[in-house]
Amino acid sequence: MPNGGLEVKRSWNPILWAGFALALASLPLYFLFLVRYQNTRESPWANVLVSAIAAVMLGVGIWRAYNRPQQFRGKVFGPILTLLSVAAIGLLFTTIYSVARNLPASINAPQLGQRVPDFTLPDSEGQLVTFSTLEGQPFTSNEWPPKAAAGKKASGTVLIFYRGYW
Amino acid sequence: MDSPTESEQLRQTAGYSFLFLCDEQRQMIRKWDLVHPHARHSDGADIARPAEFLLDANGTVRWVNFTESYLVRARPKQILDAVDAQGLASK
Repeated sequence: MPNGGLEVKRSWNPILWAGFALALASLPLYFLFLVRYQNTRESPWANVLVSAIAAVMLGVGIWRAYNRPQQFRGKVFGPILTLLSVAAIGLLFTTIYSVARNLPASINAPQLGQRVPDFTLPDSEGQLVTFSTLEGQPFTSNEWPPKAAAGKKASGTVLIFYRGYW
Repeated sequence: MDSPTESEQLRQTAGYSFLFLCDEQRQMIRKWDLVHPHARHSDGADIARPAEFLLDANGTVRWVNFTESYLVRARPKQILDAVDAQGLASK
C-alpha cells in the first residue's frame, strides 16, 4: 500500500491466528489431557479460561483488521476463523453440558433398601468371584489379593461401575 | 466390559489394590439396567453408565449414586462419608 511512496507490507495479524489455534486446541486439551483429572473434568474451568483468552485474541485481531486495515490483514479470514473458533468451542461445551448428560434413566436399577440378587463374575486374574462370598469376609482394601486382616471384617461392599480410564 | 487381562493391566498400571470384577458379556449391567447403549467412542459398544452402590453384608442397597453426567463420578470422600453414615466401616 502506498505510504509516502513506500510499500508497507501488511501483517498477517498473528494474534488472530493464535486465537484460532487456541480455540481449536481447547478440544484436544480437554479430551486428551484435562479429562483425566477430576477437578478439570467435572468443572471445565480451564477450558473456560482458554476459551476466554482465545476470544480476546480473536477480538483484538478482528479489531485490528477492521480498524487498521493498512497494517493488518484479516477482514475476510478474520470472521471465518472466528466462526470456526466458535464452532470448536461450541462443540466442546455442547459435549460437556449436553451429550455427557444424555444418560439412560436406569429406572430398573437396584433401589435403596432393595436386596440385590447374587452374582458371579471373573476377577482380573480370571478367577470366578461370587458376591455373596465377599459379604462379611475379612479383607483390607490395601492388600491384593484380599487377605485376612486381624480383627477386621468388611461389613459392606462398594460396587463401582467403571466405564473409562478415569 | 474389559477382559480380565485388560483389567489386570489397568489395575497394575494404576496401582489399584481393590478387587476388579469383569463384566465382559454385559450380563451384570443388563440385569441391573445400567447399560449406556453404543457409548464406547472407539467402537460404539454398549458400556455401563457411571453408577456406585454401597451394599451392606446382606446385599441390601444402603447408598446409591447416579451422576447426571458421565464426566462426573462419585468422589472418594463421598463414598467414605456414605460408608461412615451407614455405619459400615470395618471394625
